[in-house]
Amino acid sequence: MSRKKLQKLTDTLTKNCKNFNKFEVKCLIDLFYNLVGEVTERQGTTIGLDRNAFRNILHMTFGMTDDMIMDRVFRGFDEDNDGYVNVSEWIYGLSVFLRGTLEEKMKYCFGVFDLNGDGFISKEEMFHMLKNSLLKQPSEEDPDEGIKDLVEITLKKMDHDHDGKLSFTDYEQAVREETLLLEAFGPCLPDPKSQMEFEAQVFKDPNEFNDI
Amino acid sequence: MKVGMLLKQLDLHLLNHSLKHISLQICLNPTTVKNDIELLKHFSGKGEQTVLESIDYTSDYEFSNGCRAPPWRQIHGEICYVLVKPHDVETLCVTCSAEGVFLNGGKTEDEGEINYERKSEIYKDLVTFLKEKSAKFSENMSKQDIRFTEEWKKENEEPKEIPKKEEADALPKAFLASSKNILEKNQINFGKTQMTKRLEPSLNWKATVDFKEHKSLLRDTQEEKHGGRLERAGPPVSPGRAQLVRKSAEKIEEILSDSSSENEEDEEPPDHRQEANADLPSEYWQIQKLVKYLKGGNQTATVIALCSMKDFNLAQETCQLAIRDVGGLEVLINLLDTDEVKCKIGSLKILKEISHNPQIRRNIVDLGGLPIMVNILDSPHKSLKCLAAETIANVAKFRRARRAVRHHGGITKLVALLDCAQSSAEPAQSSLYDARDVEVARCGALALWSCSKSYANKEAIRKAGGIPLLAHLLKTSHENMLIPVVGTLQECASEENYRAAIKAERIIENLVKNLNSENEQLQEHCAMAIYQCAEDKETRDLVRLHGGLKPLASLLNNTDNKERLAAVTGAIWKCSISKENVTKFREYKAIETLVGLLTDQPEEVLVNVVGALGECCQEYENRVLVRKCGGIQPLVNLLVGINQTLLVNVTKAVGACAVEPESMMIIDRLDGVRLLWSLLKNPHPDVKASAAWALCPCIQNAKDAGEMVRCFVGGLELIVNLLKSDNKEVLASVCAAITNIAKDQENLAVITDHGVVPLLSKLANTNNDKLRRHLAEAISRCCMWGRNRVAFGEYKAVAPLVRYLKSNDANVHRATAQALYQLSEDADNCITMHENGAVKLLLGMVGSPDQDLQEAAAGCISNIRRLALATEKARYT
Repeated sequence: MSRKKLQKLTDTLTKNCKNFNKFEVKCLIDLFYNLVGEVTERQGTTIGLDRNAFRNILHMTFGMTDDMIMDRVFRGFDEDNDGYVNVSEWIYGLSVFLRGTLEEKMKYCFGVFDLNGDGFISKEEMFHMLKNSLLKQPSEEDPDEGIKDLVEITLKKMDHDHDGKLSFTDYEQAVREETLLLEAFGPCLPDPKSQMEFEAQVFKDPNEFNDI
Repeated sequence: MKVGMLLKQLDLHLLNHSLKHISLQICLNPTTVKNDIELLKHFSGKGEQTVLESIDYTSDYEFSNGCRAPPWRQIHGEICYVLVKPHDVETLCVTCSAEGVFLNGGKTEDEGEINYERKSEIYKDLVTFLKEKSAKFSENMSKQDIRFTEEWKKENEEPKEIPKKEEADALPKAFLASSKNILEKNQINFGKTQMTKRLEPSLNWKATVDFKEHKSLLRDTQEEKHGGRLERAGPPVSPGRAQLVRKSAEKIEEILSDSSSENEEDEEPPDHRQEANADLPSEYWQIQKLVKYLKGGNQTATVIALCSMKDFNLAQETCQLAIRDVGGLEVLINLLDTDEVKCKIGSLKILKEISHNPQIRRNIVDLGGLPIMVNILDSPHKSLKCLAAETIANVAKFRRARRAVRHHGGITKLVALLDCAQSSAEPAQSSLYDARDVEVARCGALALWSCSKSYANKEAIRKAGGIPLLAHLLKTSHENMLIPVVGTLQECASEENYRAAIKAERIIENLVKNLNSENEQLQEHCAMAIYQCAEDKETRDLVRLHGGLKPLASLLNNTDNKERLAAVTGAIWKCSISKENVTKFREYKAIETLVGLLTDQPEEVLVNVVGALGECCQEYENRVLVRKCGGIQPLVNLLVGINQTLLVNVTKAVGACAVEPESMMIIDRLDGVRLLWSLLKNPHPDVKASAAWALCPCIQNAKDAGEMVRCFVGGLELIVNLLKSDNKEVLASVCAAITNIAKDQENLAVITDHGVVPLLSKLANTNNDKLRRHLAEAISRCCMWGRNRVAFGEYKAVAPLVRYLKSNDANVHRATAQALYQLSEDADNCITMHENGAVKLLLGMVGSPDQDLQEAAAGCISNIRRLALATEKARYT
């Protein structure tokens, strides 16, 4: 890609993204193209990270392990739903992922947890997401009993309108009361440690930024 | 496999314990060494019964830290050197150091230098050392040990009362006094120990059973290894006892390392755990379930369980104890040790709440929660730091916890938290960070406040540079911040070097400023801090210069909040030690208000109010004011109290009032003198002394004082007998009272009959200038009766009196010269004086600007001279 084009891309993306400054956007764009590899740009094809490549990044860089959650994170990033995370989706996604305000993060997380995208987190979805969260005890008759109970506990805590499922309003209210519930059904944001490592690695030279 | 693991854990556990135990034992400090030596000294001497012939320090000079070793040796941890002469061995020169006790190279005869080199093994304390070195010592000690135990069983109730004839027995008793305390504590603890046993029944059961299985298994295979295992795995069979031992070891260390005297909360409260069969509330089962998820869940499940647990009413004791009883505390503390920030936050949020419960605090400490929380203070997450500091603030409410915080470097870290707000004061930082940094600093201050109740922690805070940081935080205007900051300062201001630092850091100014705050708690702590600091004159002046007296005076008008009132009156008391301040208080009408506070107030307020009035009444205007406001009646009424501090202050105030003849009339009418007189029987020497001082102006100013004094049946005998006291202040005050009593001839005759002359003469050999002065005055008064002059000579009071003339105190000179003048009326006394070189000293005093002194000295010389002339005349005629 030409230098001029890159410059222009950086400028537009910086304008649209308030959580990163110009230098950081540039770094992230560089990283993106590094990850995608040198693919010649042709008309009609999208350049982007496909599901596997993206999941790989989530796993390697941000230490995520849950397949389902990673899938959902990919969907969260891939706004136009074309199976690829392109450069602007990448920047926008990361801005929430790394620097998002609580509101942005709530929206993003809710999107991740709302598996079928119907605007509610249902009991079934919860069960699905929590099913691996307890150590199975061989002694228990029903191994799922604990999970079911956990779902009930969660509902009791978060379902304020008592309709048996979580709307965004329910979720928002619960998170505002207790921020720990932001990632109530599984880690879908980077943990602070890997976030710090990532940022330190990508935004390496702050002096350069000062020069611009 | 599992069995092996369990046994290994057990081994580690045991090793750790024994290591702890050992490391505790070999750590001496100056106080313990000193106590040991004092005790041994007390019970050594000639004869078969004593344990040693003699024991003495090599140096008389004691440094302020309690050591006697020269500073360059103190660096090596050496505390002092002792010369011990046991019955059966040569004199031993012993070094007592922080590591233990050992024989050194001895003291060289000619130069008196000590050869510091170590010549023996290190023993854990002096007694062990001596037992090793001297068979006789060890024999006598052990004999008495047995006797003592029997003795002790009998008079369990009053271990302090040691009859003289059982002195030998008393030695081990005194030694074991501390262990007795431990035993007592253990009895209290015993319930708890049993509980702890029940807390982990499965483990113990498993350990025991597994161990048996293991034993039989091993017997077949590895006979050798089996032996080692058996030995080490033995103790847990009786876990209760093992714990008892550990507990006492901890207690010993507590006694050794923490000199700070606070009793609140330091008693372990009896631990009542719910009976298993008792009806358990539904919360119990719900919490048990949540704890199960905490144990068996991944991060997500854990966070959900934590959040749900937080929804229980954690302020309620049922829930707090339920969490503990189902083993939740262990899990919560374990979570703190993980990398999961969210779990740590959730866990701390719960611990913070439940640690309001004193039992839970102890459990957290027992489970080793404090070191982990102290480590979290280093975390980059501000909210995590805050929560950890807040939890520490709750937990560190008792001594052992405070010590644990210090030992794990917590104080330094907490002090570092205070720094956050300072760095963020730079303009570059955003306000969001500001708020969070302030919060961190606030939590840090909160934790320091709790910690600052131990003396060693106060030192640690100072050493970590906490004072300037606290001073800086005091400049902020956040009330939430100011309360813990001022609270910490107030705690610490009990130490001299803090008060100096508080002065230097210009903290007083801000304390005064915050007196004007709206927050009652803040006002209270500020007043309390001023109370502590105003012992110092400069500070008292600072309070005035910064305009602190007016708010103090106006806070007197609000009497609903008793704690605050106590703090405010305390500050006023201390401030009114300076005359300028008293003038100000009069201006602000504080004295009238104080008089109004003499009734219907709790004791802690009364002590301060009366103390303040006592100071104020040193001035004429205020005495009049107090009388006019009707303050004398309530003051006299307070003379019947039992609180010692209060009595000391009341007697002082009444004494101050009695200087005014008009007030004296009221006191007399209210029978105040009789009340004062009966306080001479108070067991507390301070009260006795203060009462005797107060009697002086009463006798001076009462109408027909002689008759009044005679009216008290047995009163004169009582006061004369107080001359047998061994408290210097009591003696001085009684001498002063006797001086006044003796002004009445008839009374003088009575006290002479009660043997005042020999008693006064016996006191003559003193170095205390205050006592010297009043004693000399009393002697000079008592000379006025019968053949008392001669009697003083016979009881050898004259020669020591002559020596008083060498004192540096002009008051002593005057009183002594007057006494000598009176005594010199007797020829034999003149000879004694002359022999002791009184003439030369008196000649110098004739030139004194003090007229009374001049006159008395001249009179005395002339008496001596006249005698000399008379003898010469007699010789030649």
